[in-house]
Amino acid sequence: MLSFWDRRAEFVSLTLMAFIAACGGGGGGASGDSASGGSAEGTMAAVVDESTAATITGAVAFSGAPVEAKAIDMSEESVCADKYSMPPMTQRVVVNDNGTLRNVFIYVKEGLGDLTFPTPSEPVVLDQDGCRYHPHVFGVQVGQDITIKNSDGVLHNINSKPSENRGFNISQPVVMETTRSFRTPEIGIPLECDVHGWMQAYVSVVEHPYFAVTGEDGSFSLTPLPPGTYVIEAWHDVYGTATQEVTVGENEEAEIAFTFGDAAA
Amino acid sequence: MNWLPPALSTYAADIDRIFYVILVITGIIFVAVEVTLIVFMIKYRGREGRKAYYIEGNTKAEVIWTVTPAIIVLALAFASQDVWSRLKNPDRFPSDALTFSVEAKQFEWNFTYPGIDGVLGNGDDFTIRNQLHLPVGQPVVVHTSSIDVIHSFFIPVFRIKQDIVPGMVIPVWFEATETGEFELACAELCGLGHYRMRARVFVHSQEDFASWMAEQS
Amino acid sequence: MATVEAVAGQMAHAHHDDRSFLRRYIFSTDHKMIGIQFLFACLFFLLVGGLLAMLIRWQVAFPGKPLPFGGIFPETMAPNGIILPEFYNALVTMHGTFMIFFAIMPLLVGVYANYLIPLKLGAPDMAFPRLNMMSFWLFVSSGIIMLASFFVEGGPSAAGWTVYAPLSAVPEYSGVSAGQQLWIVSIVFFAASSLLGSVNYITTVINMRAPGMTLFRMPLSIWSLFITAILALLAVPILAGALVMLLFDQTIGTTFFLPEHGGQPLLWQHLFWFFGHPEVYILILPAMGMVSDIIANGSRKPIFGYHSMVFAIAGIAFLGWIVWGHHMFQSGMNPLLGTSFMVSTMAIAVPTAIKVCNWLATMWRGNIQFHTPMLNATAFVAMFTVGGLSGIFMASNSLDIFIHDTYFIVAHIHYVLFGGSLFAIFAAIYFWYPKMFGRMMNETWGKVHFALTFVFYNLVFFPMHIIGIGGHMRRIYDPTQYTFMQPMQPMNRFITISAFLLFVSQIPFVINFFWSLFKGKKAEINPWRDNGLEWTVPSPPAHGNFEITPTVYRGPYEFSSPEVDEDFLPQTTPLNGDRRTAPEQVPGD
Repeated sequence: MLSFWDRRAEFVSLTLMAFIAACGGGGGGASGDSASGGSAEGTMAAVVDESTAATITGAVAFSGAPVEAKAIDMSEESVCADKYSMPPMTQRVVVNDNGTLRNVFIYVKEGLGDLTFPTPSEPVVLDQDGCRYHPHVFGVQVGQDITIKNSDGVLHNINSKPSENRGFNISQPVVMETTRSFRTPEIGIPLECDVHGWMQAYVSVVEHPYFAVTGEDGSFSLTPLPPGTYVIEAWHDVYGTATQEVTVGENEEAEIAFTFGDAAA
Repeated sequence: MNWLPPALSTYAADIDRIFYVILVITGIIFVAVEVTLIVFMIKYRGREGRKAYYIEGNTKAEVIWTVTPAIIVLALAFASQDVWSRLKNPDRFPSDALTFSVEAKQFEWNFTYPGIDGVLGNGDDFTIRNQLHLPVGQPVVVHTSSIDVIHSFFIPVFRIKQDIVPGMVIPVWFEATETGEFELACAELCGLGHYRMRARVFVHSQEDFASWMAEQS
Repeated sequence: MATVEAVAGQMAHAHHDDRSFLRRYIFSTDHKMIGIQFLFACLFFLLVGGLLAMLIRWQVAFPGKPLPFGGIFPETMAPNGIILPEFYNALVTMHGTFMIFFAIMPLLVGVYANYLIPLKLGAPDMAFPRLNMMSFWLFVSSGIIMLASFFVEGGPSAAGWTVYAPLSAVPEYSGVSAGQQLWIVSIVFFAASSLLGSVNYITTVINMRAPGMTLFRMPLSIWSLFITAILALLAVPILAGALVMLLFDQTIGTTFFLPEHGGQPLLWQHLFWFFGHPEVYILILPAMGMVSDIIANGSRKPIFGYHSMVFAIAGIAFLGWIVWGHHMFQSGMNPLLGTSFMVSTMAIAVPTAIKVCNWLATMWRGNIQFHTPMLNATAFVAMFTVGGLSGIFMASNSLDIFIHDTYFIVAHIHYVLFGGSLFAIFAAIYFWYPKMFGRMMNETWGKVHFALTFVFYNLVFFPMHIIGIGGHMRRIYDPTQYTFMQPMQPMNRFITISAFLLFVSQIPFVINFFWSLFKGKKAEINPWRDNGLEWTVPSPPAHGNFEITPTVYRGPYEFSSPEVDEDFLPQTTPLNGDRRTAPEQVPGD
């Protein structure tokens, strides 16, 4: 015959076990920050009327004394060093031959109102080749996949340091690809490799597809935009941000200009 | 026997000597114990109708095998003491040493050199990632620090190892006896890149080192 | 407080065992069933630890090669089967954690302290049977929480089983957040389990010995478990306290172990190793005690120097409190401490040497029976000697400058924990299995298991001394990244292949263990012709153990006594001239 204490102990033990089992079952959370899909967020997708769409173009000029790029000593990583016939140079301030500034991120900051845009299913590719990030500065839409490739086959880790988003720090010890994405708009998220301290990239996350990065001619073009008034922001990792307000009518092409550099404000 | 890496610092041979002394002593004890064990297993294997020798102990034996190990180990302790103090006590570091510093971080070593004026902290200091350059035949003191987690400064051929603790600046010293290129490894688990937190150690001739230093400044 | 007489009176009801299935096998307060529950749980965790080791060795030998079956791992751990460096760090951490906390320690203490203490002392059960049951279920909870940490975001702890701060305290440094917190919670549960156990073991040994069972008639297995319980009682709370501090650093912004605001990373190491060193003696002393019992039995001869053996156990336990700094010689603590810790560490070799000499002297002029338990116990002596001698190298603070954090340390750890503790556990399992389950394990397969394990174990761990002396560091995901380690890679591959074979060699043991539960030869009451009290009751014993409280007349090692013809003489067999020391016991109410 079970005594009073036996019964009580049994009840308590069973309850405890059930509780612990429930905790164990419920506690197993998601196993890592996996990439989200490329489908639309479910709200009404914007339809931009191509017949009335406008364009904003421009260029980013550089003013002031040229900043000398330094050679990067990659001798400690022969796999990467061997990929270069001339020593690779630092990329913080790259001035084009025509006096414009490369690697400036331009995007529409305000003016799109309540329009929403589907998340592209195509990923953006970030490649680590020759112990450098390609591209150095790039943009993605919220939720869009970033496919990170290691083309070197030596250990790289991609350490993201966002302030608004949840970051990640993943390693790629061999030639491989990993996919990640960001869920919150944020400009200029640094990406670093802790193994190769000279490696640096910046990703900006926006809710719409109207962004660009200045290339070899320093120019950018944002299109097809609905007619209206926009605030366009330019971002550079050394020189910070600058904004311009511009109004475009139907089928109009407006041109704006930014200037960054030591002499600029 | 060349299990050990080459001994290329002024105190490496002292460390190795301690290893060999302990190896010989423990080797003798090892052979004695294992041979005794095997001999006993064979000689005293069970036989039908026999009993073992009924004895509960022997005080004299106990004393012998208490005192003998005590003497051996205490001798070993005293024998190692001076080497330890010479290597790790900052008061006994060579006074004529060059001074560098290294800042460890996940996952690289940033060495700061004093420049041609030979003094750290002046304007001509320069920092190089993952390369330790030093002249042969000259003591060097490296002030180690970390900006994140515990790392450990390990140069096998010099036989030096020192954990690097964030919040502390811990000096190490060594004097290379041969020129060449060697390796520095991190010897304390510090994260995903720990296994690859490697620096190259370049021991130059004194002239080459001087010209290297002038070039870099 | 239950006296022996009152409890004995209770136990006269032993044959009225009307417990339900749930109370008899699941929520049992019977120390024997709890011991067996621990045994099954721990064998499972031993398997987990072994599998983790196989993954580690695969990566070390074949860096970057995808695991066979690698597809079962999520992309955050091993994409396409290629183990990531952060997962590797988690593997080495969890291998150490599972083996130390969930396999070796509970196999020695949770199983054998529980099973043997009341039986060998003539008691019907532990002093606090309900606390005992709680101790087991706390242990199970702890294990479940630790397993759960594999499934959270960021994965399980990856800072080493030693969990050094700041790596363990700051999620940005290790990539692990919830996993480390679960690790801490799990070990705090474990600490609670351990403390309840210690309270039981100590109280039972002091208060519940049968009449005539003086302290110096207790077998060495009980002495070692008793002293281990005291060590655990004192050391484990320190770990628990330090873990709470670490949890606070992780979660609520304290900086006990972080250099900001005056915290000290070295404080973690002092606290951890102040626990950690007594912990390793917890991991070896019960093994030594049980090996003593088995060697005396196998040699058919009294243990040589029983009193010295007791004092050696106490000496090891005592000295174990003042050596913790030898784990920290290179840590950056004041070098002067390096000297004091070296002296105490060297000193602890002495009681260990005494024990090895006494085991050898026990076998000297014995009449040795090489049953499987004896084979494993003898292997313990041989292998623990190697592990103990390798400890002398690292006890020298200057030589430790070179060998700290190399595979030489890994070799030492595994010689004492596997070559030592695990062989002793195998010996104990084979030895007490008949009493636990009423059946014999198959002796031939036991010997096959022993031979294979012994050979492959040495092939795995002896070469680690060699690569350690070569400077090969620990916890290294890919040794080929260093030029000086590349020549050692063939040896790493050799170690890995041997490790796979060692793992596979455990299959005969597992099959033998489970098959024998149902089909093993039925065990007699005293198949090993041993003197302990457990061998005077049926195999397995009834609930309550002894129908009548036994009276003890002599020590536990009267083998080959001239007083009788047989080569053994149980502790409770009265001979002419023996005075019964207990009053007449009348069975029944």
